[in-house]
This record gives sequence, structure tokens and C-alpha cells, in this order.
Amino acid sequence: MEDTDLGAIWLTLKLATVVTVLLLIVGTPIAWWLARTRSRLKGVVGAVVALPLVLPPTVLGFYLLVAMGPNGPVGRLTEGLGLGLLPFTFPGLVIASVFYSLPFVVQPIQNAFEAIGERPLEVAATLRASPWDTFWSVAVPLAKPGFLSGAILGFAHTVGEFGIVLMIGGNIPGKTRVVSVQIYDHVEALEYTQAHWLAGGMVLFSFVVLFALYTFNPARRKLA
Amino acid sequence: MSDGIRARFRVDRKEFALDVDLSLPGRGITALFGHSGSGKTTCLRALAGLERAPQGYCAIGDEVWQDETRGLFVPTHRRALGVVFQEASLFPHLSVRRNMEFGQKRTSTATNRFSLPEVAELLGIAALLDRSPGELSGGERQRVAIARALLAAPQILLMDEPLAALDLKRKLEILPYLERLHRELALPIIYVSHSPDEVARLADHLVLLDQGRAVACGPLNDVLARIDLPATFADDAGVVIEAQVAEHEADDLTRLEFPGGHIFVSRRHEAPGTLLRCRIHARDVSLALIPPQQTSILNCVAATVVDLAPTDTPGHVLVRLDVAGDPLLARITRRSAEKLAIRPGLALRAQIKAVALLG
Repeated sequence: MEDTDLGAIWLTLKLATVVTVLLLIVGTPIAWWLARTRSRLKGVVGAVVALPLVLPPTVLGFYLLVAMGPNGPVGRLTEGLGLGLLPFTFPGLVIASVFYSLPFVVQPIQNAFEAIGERPLEVAATLRASPWDTFWSVAVPLAKPGFLSGAILGFAHTVGEFGIVLMIGGNIPGKTRVVSVQIYDHVEALEYTQAHWLAGGMVLFSFVVLFALYTFNPARRKLA
Repeated sequence: MSDGIRARFRVDRKEFALDVDLSLPGRGITALFGHSGSGKTTCLRALAGLERAPQGYCAIGDEVWQDETRGLFVPTHRRALGVVFQEASLFPHLSVRRNMEFGQKRTSTATNRFSLPEVAELLGIAALLDRSPGELSGGERQRVAIARALLAAPQILLMDEPLAALDLKRKLEILPYLERLHRELALPIIYVSHSPDEVARLADHLVLLDQGRAVACGPLNDVLARIDLPATFADDAGVVIEAQVAEHEADDLTRLEFPGGHIFVSRRHEAPGTLLRCRIHARDVSLALIPPQQTSILNCVAATVVDLAPTDTPGHVLVRLDVAGDPLLARITRRSAEKLAIRPGLALRAQIKAVALLG
């Protein structure tokens, strides 16, 4: 295996880890709100969160590219803050991946929160726990399987993305060239042996992740 | 200054309306009794602050928890109460001990009257502390839930049909513990139930709810002996008499004494002096103008007619009697009532065919 392959693997794992951590931070409040709200906005927000499930990655990537570009609102903001432009950088790739993998993290956590029901939260309130306290001491522990599923799915899905990486990240070694892009490069260059190594590795990795998810967490099977 | 409980709630929903104004004693067990849909659970949830009645006032002693006229609503977690739900609802991710400590840790030690070992002892769960809730029987889980509520330093304990989800055996397992709470703790308990037996056995005070309204409210026997009420108890009409075990007799009968006389029941295991509650159904009481001579019915007490009222079946009337201060109800046919010329003030004999001992 070449150094560029190892670099791509390292970059992919780094990206997936950062994205998963960010998604747990961003996705948990969204999941809680979606699970608990009676607002009419629930349907709208739920649909927006789920969009990446059905949109081609190129569509999402295209709009993010426009938004983060020099004439886009996000681009102007980041330039104004002296951060430069995000497309074709690692942070840009992270942001795009967060959007792309959002439903894979939000939905399992939301389902887990919904499965808890009202009663344990009411019981906690009658035992003097404030809503914030209840969230951490009752809701989060009871939703643990959902968090586990969400984290695994978010991580695995980020590892497997391709289209959105090409749109936002391009193909810069060490910065944005992840495994899926590296495989594409190998195939383009007719380096089938190298492509086999990486592609086979991806198959094995994905299988192990899903196998673990199905074996240890059968109740969440339908979410995958 | 008052140590009572004031609760005034109005809820208007399409499918359901609640309109109650209750003044309840600050001690003993008060039962909210009614059929499903009568509003008893909504009432309890409003007391707990789990539901906010749009027009409501609620105060325990001097502490006002809700007063919508000035927009005051204390959220549940700031109310000094304990709630026991129909299902024990223990936290599955915590051990029995950690479940019990959940509320205890969140109250200041100054207000906590009970220690964990005391409460565990009181409810007979000391041996279960290190188990997880999944390893307990239904009855054990409910006892842990009661213990957990007590450890959160409540000024009032609210119980929403705590036995309804249990089979008869488990119910009988828990009832003695509830009676023990009643005897040993000076803690007012609001007990929601649709079981006349549970109410007769536990309650000191009774609120009868029907279609979101309190149709009667008062000391247990005062309400039970009301013959003007719609057929809420119907076939179950009857009173509760508190009697003392007097003597175990040689022929396997136990004599119980109460102010109005004595009654014999099948031999009991309680020691003489013990107070027992017995329920006497109106349908098990018959009337005679002179002391019956040759009859198989052992229990016969002197009584005076207070008044009579029609029942839900046209052929029968309900007669309210006074037995040395205790009320007694008799359900007899209209024909018998006319034949014996039953009228208020008449002195007669009440024959009691069956006595249900509670406990």
C-alpha cells in the first residue's frame, strides 16, 4: 500500500471522527426537540433533517458549494471573519459531511427518546429533578442504544461518502482526499490492485460495523 | 394557617371536563373514587402539577402550588410531593438502591424525615437493594416505587391506582404495607382508586367523582351511608364498621365488638384488642321488628331507622339505620318496607348475613 493510501485512510478516519462528535453535539438537541415537541414545525424540521437521505449528494454539495463560495452568504461570513473560504479545505469537508450524515444520527436518537415515553420523565419530576437534570440523568441513559446506533451510523456513513466530497473537498492529498476518492483515482489510473486493497477494506469495514450494530442492538435494526 | 389541602381545578376539553373544588384533610388517606373517565386521575395529575388546569388553585397547608388568578404555577420538581403511579415506573438503568436515592439526593437533608434503611425496612425491601428493577416481581417493584417516593421528603403522597396493575395475590401482598404507612407515618395520602374494596379498607375520607364532578366528599362512612347518591355503588352499597377483636371462641368463631353490639365472624388470627375494618353490604342486611328467635343468622343488632330512599331497581329501597352512632345500610324490597311500615325513627333489629373483613 502506498503512502497516499495510508494518508487517505488516516484522513477518512479523522474526518469521520470529527463529524461524528459534532453530529452528536448538534443532533442531540434536534432529536430531543423532534421527539418532544407538539409544534407544527415538527414536520418541516423533520423533513429538512431527512432530506440528505433522498437527495443526490451532488445536489447537497452544489448548494453548499454555492453557499460557502466567495459570493455565498457563508463564504462572505467566513471571509469577513478572516477564516478564508471553506470549499476545498478540511473544515469545509467537515461541515458538508455534518449536513450529509445528519439524519443518520438524529433519527436513531429521536426514536430512542420517543421510545422512553412521558412516564419516566414525569417520575423524575416528582422526584425533584429539574428538566435539565432529568435530561442527563434519565433521558440520555435510557436512550443510550439510540446514541450508539446514531454514532456508528454517522461514522460509517461519513466514511462511505463520495459525491459530496468531490463537490466540496475536491481531491487534495492529505487535505480532502479520502478513501473513496482515492479508490476512484486508482481505478481511473487502471491501478486495480491498489483499488482492490482499499475497496476490499471498505467492504470489510462496513460489514463489521453493520454486523456489530445488528448483533448487539437488534431493536434498532429497522433504522439502518 | 391551615394544614388541609385545597384543590380547585377546571379543565374544559372536547372529550372531557373536570370541575372540582375540594377541601381535604391534611392527614390520613383520602380516596378519590370513581369510574374510569370520572376525572380522578386528572385531578391527581393536576395536584402533582403534571397537568396545568387553565383555571386552578392548589395549596397544601400554607404552601400555594397553583393560583391562576395571579399566574402562579410551581412546577412539579419544586413541589414537596411523592407520586406512585399505576405501573411502578422504576428507572431500569438504576439499581433498586439508586432508584430510591434518586429523589433523596435531590432534597435537602433537613427536610427528610426518613432514612433509606428505615424506609426499606418499613416496606420490606431491605434485601432487594442491590438488585436491578428487572429482577423484581410486580409487587416488589411497586413497594420500591413507594419507598422511592417517601425518600423524596414529600409533604403529601399521591397514589394513582397503585394496585390496579397487580393480580390479587400481589395486591394482598402490598395492602398491609399501605396500612402500615397509614398507621405509622403522619403523611396525608391521596389515593385514586376504582375498587370499592380498596377504598373501604384504606380510606378515612372519601371523594366520589362522577363525570368530572365531586358528587360527595366527607369522612368515609358519611359518604358510604349517603343513600341519596346516584347509583354509584349500586350493588356495592354498604358501610364500613371498625370493630375490636374481643374473644376467640371455642367453636371457631371470633367475636368482634363495636359500639352497636357484637358480631361473630370465622376465627381470626389477630390478638384480642386489634382493630379490624369490616364491610357490611346493604344487600346482606335484613330487618325484623322483633328480635328473631329461630334463625340461623347469628349477627343481629338493635338499630333505628334514619331514612329510606329508592334504589336503582324499582322493587327495592335502601334503608339507612343508626346503630349506636355507626351507620348501617339495608337493601330490602319495597313490599317488605311497606309491610313492616318502615319509617324514620322506628326501632328494629338488623340481621347481618355476611361481614367482609378487610385485612
